[in-house]
Amino acid sequence: MDGYFHSVKIAPERCTGNMACLKVCPTEAIRVRRGKAVMLEDRCIDCGECARRCARGAIVPQTSSFTDFARFQYTVALISPVLYGQLRKDVLPRTIVAALRKIGFDEACDVACASEAVSTAVDEYLAGYRGPLPLLSPFCPTIVRLIQARYPDLIDLLIPIDSPMEIAARDIRQKKMKELGLRREEIGVIYLTPCPAKMVAIKYPPRKKKSHIDGAIAISDIYHPLLAATGDMSGNACQDGPPVMGSGLGWPVVGGQVSSLRAERSLAVGGLDDVERILQDIENGKLGDIQYVECHACSQGCCGGSLTVDNPYVTRGKILSLLARFGGTPCRDRETVRELYQKNYFSLPGKISSRPLAPLDQDIGKAIEKRRRAQEICRVLPQINCGACGAPTCLSFAEDVVLDQAAIEECVVLMARQVPNEAGSGKDHAA
Amino acid sequence: MSIEPLFCQRFEISGKDFINAGKASTTIKAILREIGIRPAVIRRAAIACYEAEMNVVLYARKAIMELRVTPQEIRIQVEDEGDGIPDVGRAMQPGYSTASDEIREMGFGAGMGLPNIKNNADTLQIHSVVGQGTTLEMAIGL
Repeated sequence: MDGYFHSVKIAPERCTGNMACLKVCPTEAIRVRRGKAVMLEDRCIDCGECARRCARGAIVPQTSSFTDFARFQYTVALISPVLYGQLRKDVLPRTIVAALRKIGFDEACDVACASEAVSTAVDEYLAGYRGPLPLLSPFCPTIVRLIQARYPDLIDLLIPIDSPMEIAARDIRQKKMKELGLRREEIGVIYLTPCPAKMVAIKYPPRKKKSHIDGAIAISDIYHPLLAATGDMSGNACQDGPPVMGSGLGWPVVGGQVSSLRAERSLAVGGLDDVERILQDIENGKLGDIQYVECHACSQGCCGGSLTVDNPYVTRGKILSLLARFGGTPCRDRETVRELYQKNYFSLPGKISSRPLAPLDQDIGKAIEKRRRAQEICRVLPQINCGACGAPTCLSFAEDVVLDQAAIEECVVLMARQVPNEAGSGKDHAA
Repeated sequence: MSIEPLFCQRFEISGKDFINAGKASTTIKAILREIGIRPAVIRRAAIACYEAEMNVVLYARKAIMELRVTPQEIRIQVEDEGDGIPDVGRAMQPGYSTASDEIREMGFGAGMGLPNIKNNADTLQIHSVVGQGTTLEMAIGL
């Protein structure tokens, strides 16, 4: 089996085993063993909730650092519009672009224009599609992982269109290769990311072999250098930046994709719980009258990614006001984008493989037997889901016991209940 | 001929209980996943169970849904107490529905319930006694 690359890693030396991560993991992918958190790699869907919750910094996002890009002759910072919503309201996008150049990037541009183009591509795909509905947005890497692991029967509903960051990276690289006469590998395209899950999409892009992006730097890592660089910049210093525009500016907000589409029968959902409810409805054969569902793992969409700095609601407000101010002017005319779509400029031909969670046993009969035993064990457990055993719930602990990954004696509550009884019976014997 | 099931579990479903409607089907889906049934089979079982469960919620007083897994197939039986179906043949026709306006306003009652079950199950048997209730028995091969 191929290994799993994950967007976060646990640093055992910083972990105190305090179980904050254990309780928030939506897929029960964390156990605390011998006082340290460990990750069950096949269960993790890279949502980043654990990293968000850990106050010790023991869950480390696997994003790039600045030194990773020293090998490139020319570097381009690819901006998620979320970054525009992170700084003071009077710091305009072109100031941010200029500040990124000052920090050391040779060029900076955002992915909003690519997002707008991808919206048109999605519209074209929907118009020509005749299969089962609704189709699902494939742009949140955590949602793709969730579907691979828990809803494998819905994989074919993920739209086979490449993400804005990939399209933007390919465009800017080609442009710079032509302009500067550089080779492909001499240009580094670096995404400034609001969440660690994008790193998964860069290392293992769905439906293709290699990403157009060379790495990703966390918005939280670039925030302070950026603040310093914008602090002493006058408004005049940054008039040469590229114009910021297009309906794609709204993409990081829940509903941003849907509102830039022409398709009328669509939904936008944010937050894993709500996304799962929608996916369950779709599994039950409902929502067949909806064409497109925009799904975000984070409840405030990319504005609330775990590598952002500012409050997600404040960020959302700033993005919406940027959208109102600059979003009305399209980046490219729709006909041009439609022609590109016809030439398969946005399409991804490959398939997304499912990676369903392993059943309790490969043999159905044995799996049923193990499930029965797990239920039996669970019945004698205290049912308070305290986590002291290192598993998030009594049922997950019982399953771990059946799978020989834990011993029943690790339930301290059960042991504490038995101790007085044994002491009592001991006395009886003595008497 | 009777095959001893490897697995058997019963679920109670209450009519008009829209808060819990769909829970039995969701639990069944989770069980089938845990024991390693193929996703394509789970999807068909999920749709068939959900439609059967909603039929109880919409039209019957209460029912017992029983899931049985044998080495060959999944069997689901839904035995309800309700008004029964006077004409099963007609009820099987796509688009035929006796749903009230209230039910239709909630987005149900399109007359696709039984046809959907039939499309997703390998076999479907319906016994109904007017004034007493309806029993559905469906099977999906593994």
